[in-house]
Amino acid sequence: MSVDRALEGTGNWLDERLGGAKGVRVLLRKIFPDHWTFLLGEINLYSFIILLLTGTFLTLWFQPSMTDVVYHGSYVPLRGVRMSEAYASTLHISFDVRGGLLMRQIHHWAADLFMAGIFAHMIRIFFTGAYRKPREINWLIGIVLLTLGMLEGLFGYSLPDDLLSGAGLRILEGVIQSVPIVGTYLAFFLFGGPFPGHVIIPRLYIIHVLLIPGLILALITVHLFLTFYQKHTQMAGKGRTNTNVVGAPFYPYFLAKTGAFFFFTFAALAIAATFVQINPIWLYGPFNPVAMSAGSQPDFYMGMLEGALRVMPNWQTVLWGHTFAWNVFVPALVPLGLIFTLAAFWPFLEQWVTGDRGEHHMNDRPRNAPTRTAIGIATITFYGILWAEGANDLIADHLDIPLYWTTWIARVTIFVGPVIAYWLTKRICFGLQRKDYHLLEHGVETGIIRQLPGGEYIEETRPLDEDALAVLTSRTSHPALPSGERAESEVPPPGMRGGLGRVRERLYKVVTESVPAPEHIHGNGHGNGHGDGQRAETDGTGGRGEVAGATGAPTESHPGEDQH
Amino acid sequence: MSDTNSPGATGGGDPGRASWPEYLGGESHGAAAAAGGSGRPEDQGPPRRVIGTPSPAASRTLLAQPDGGDGEEPVEPFTPPEPQDPVRAGKAERIVVACFVIALLAGLGFLVAYSLIGVGSLTATLHSNLALGGTLSLVFLLLAVGAVIWVRYLMPTVEITEQRHLMRSAETDREAFKETFEEGAATSQFVRRPLVRRTLIAATLPLALIPIWVLRDLGPLPDKSLDNTVWRKGLRLLAYGTGRPIKAAEFNSPGALISVGPEGFLADDDAMAKAAVIIIKFRPGELVFGPSTPPGHPTPANVVIPNWTVDNIVAYSKICTHVGCPAALYEQTTHHILCPCHQSTFDAAQGAKVLFGPATRALPQLPIGVDAQGFLIATGPFNEPVGPSYWERS
Repeated sequence: MSVDRALEGTGNWLDERLGGAKGVRVLLRKIFPDHWTFLLGEINLYSFIILLLTGTFLTLWFQPSMTDVVYHGSYVPLRGVRMSEAYASTLHISFDVRGGLLMRQIHHWAADLFMAGIFAHMIRIFFTGAYRKPREINWLIGIVLLTLGMLEGLFGYSLPDDLLSGAGLRILEGVIQSVPIVGTYLAFFLFGGPFPGHVIIPRLYIIHVLLIPGLILALITVHLFLTFYQKHTQMAGKGRTNTNVVGAPFYPYFLAKTGAFFFFTFAALAIAATFVQINPIWLYGPFNPVAMSAGSQPDFYMGMLEGALRVMPNWQTVLWGHTFAWNVFVPALVPLGLIFTLAAFWPFLEQWVTGDRGEHHMNDRPRNAPTRTAIGIATITFYGILWAEGANDLIADHLDIPLYWTTWIARVTIFVGPVIAYWLTKRICFGLQRKDYHLLEHGVETGIIRQLPGGEYIEETRPLDEDALAVLTSRTSHPALPSGERAESEVPPPGMRGGLGRVRERLYKVVTESVPAPEHIHGNGHGNGHGDGQRAETDGTGGRGEVAGATGAPTESHPGEDQH
Repeated sequence: MSDTNSPGATGGGDPGRASWPEYLGGESHGAAAAAGGSGRPEDQGPPRRVIGTPSPAASRTLLAQPDGGDGEEPVEPFTPPEPQDPVRAGKAERIVVACFVIALLAGLGFLVAYSLIGVGSLTATLHSNLALGGTLSLVFLLLAVGAVIWVRYLMPTVEITEQRHLMRSAETDREAFKETFEEGAATSQFVRRPLVRRTLIAATLPLALIPIWVLRDLGPLPDKSLDNTVWRKGLRLLAYGTGRPIKAAEFNSPGALISVGPEGFLADDDAMAKAAVIIIKFRPGELVFGPSTPPGHPTPANVVIPNWTVDNIVAYSKICTHVGCPAALYEQTTHHILCPCHQSTFDAAQGAKVLFGPATRALPQLPIGVDAQGFLIATGPFNEPVGPSYWERS
């Protein structure tokens, strides 16, 4: 292979100083599995890069100052109006800097895409079980990144000091104030005194442009490094096992694809920023503490918190001369706190309940983990109801239903909805599992009806192809509980004793609930569910069986042989 | 691109998807693949044996390798094969080049648009935004489309299988690590001299507190400042916006609502954030009065204090008792004050009591009267803290 002389010269120069020829060569050939959902995380990475680029551009003109000025810029309707320098400089960027409005809009759209991408990515990781060992650390980092992203977005859209975001800050102040014992102190420290004060914009600014982006950048670096180091999970498919990774090499395939995807992300944001107006702060007007317009909504990723504030009944207790504002700090802290806490603990809870301490590199199909999927859908339902309630005034307006009804509907469905969603999802998962077993047992229906010599009609089926077979037989089987089947009088083994053991026993039944495989289908028994005789053999001889060890020993049976 | 139908280029588990080892393997393998790429009838594709499953060559070179540690995967040399379908590749190449050329032109267009189209008015900004955004979108979109076609139709489809290793280190490595670590710990005397260890740990503890401690001067302590507003007896009510005082006699259309602030504080956002007030004029008989109350006494719920009103004009704090948004919406027919943020609803006729929503307390009523010139004035401060609840509020 001939390499261009200039390139060779550069490579030579670098290698004499860094000596990376061997290591980098291995990296160039690193394998990346392919699936469209694996792009969701990349969206976030590229949105973040675009945020850094456009954000830097904006800082060149933005003045994070709450000093009063009178506007004399290009936007005629606001000329002569008293406003903060922050708001005036945002108007300046929008109307007096070429490309300024475009950059502002790309920046805002990119922030929304960043958050939307994180949610989508997180949902994919959860439903496919990609958070399982050894990737729990990356799952936790992801939750921190999501939290940081929410804060970063909130602080960012508060910077222009317009009427809408000012109300957001006022709500933030009210929420902080409601926290028992330390609330008012925290609020006064954050705002440098009473609301609004003169320091909140510069403070949010430095947090927004330096502190949080720095943390996000550091965590993204670790997040990516771990993804790289632990190798990406893969979807079930022919030849794919828990001990290999099948895909195209980083160079040139992944590099070219991901480059194209970066361009797509930027193109999508540029198109949105060109044609779809976002956060038109000149229409909202500068902040003042007396005015507020109807239909005020935060950016979508804060909508859930907004909805929680709206749905909460007006409970408050005054006790020993102190006020417990349940109506504010409960909705602000509890729903999202509950979701994040559950999400953070879930991988460990699942491990404890199932006793599964093995590594998992094959993504589950959501249907094959009905309880996990049901919990995920129930959580999304819970979140979604609160999120919709965050725009209940718009919903009431557009659907022409009374405003208070929307709140009451949300107050009821917030409890009922997740339960129904859980039950329904489980039923659907079981149904899909049965469908899979049916396919495995009987093959694919061809629609061809044949009459047998005896006069009987049968429908012809054809066997599944190898790819479909590999997908359909991919299931994680759970190790049996140490207690197993024992008589009432027997003493349970260690780890299963006492209240905690009984809880675990009960949870085990729920978490591992699945449709049992029909007797003669063995594919289900596999650790990795791949009836690949050759791989299984290699597992045995190569001493790598322990990767799959916790999920059952690989067998040599080929599911294909069992179906007719 | 739909006129040719090479299985190799359509991706997605088709027979043309050859495994990488085929390309990497012995010379006969590579030659076969290269020859097969161009000359073989399309419906056959590469030998089926190697599809997805490691070929004997692959198991020899990749699978039978001893564990070389992380990042030490064997990398076989290879010659990049040609795309499976040269005719199609030629077509794709032209499309890719066209994409990149137009992207280049669009990029130049951006530069030209930046130079030619100014900003400074709504129309100019709109045009500038469309021109700059349009060209920029085009650049990225064409780069993306070009790159995708490049990957899909110019690069041959390959699939390599790489082995995973357990994340857990080999037992010998773990033992060696443990030994080295313990050796270091022993050499440092850290374990053997507890006094050194404990005093070191103790010495760093204040360091952990310092970053929190030094934030103390971020703001003053709230003290009693949340309990009071700047309203006091004799301050005129000025209309927010115009800054004019309001004559009770002239504020006479029933159902009207004005936002007002205390004289001298209209431009003070900190003061107005708590002192913003709405005054509403009612028809006679609409207000639900309770007993008269001298300022400073507790207010009975659900009623308007009669001696705090002037001629059916009643004044309430505009700051929502939920989380402090300005309760800015008013419905004349029902006398409902609605906070647009979280829809707390207050009945203006009944002492602004809560009708619905997350707010717990009525909007505090400001005692008002008229001065010698007939202008509305406050006859005292609010008799309770305005705005959202807080811990110290009793």
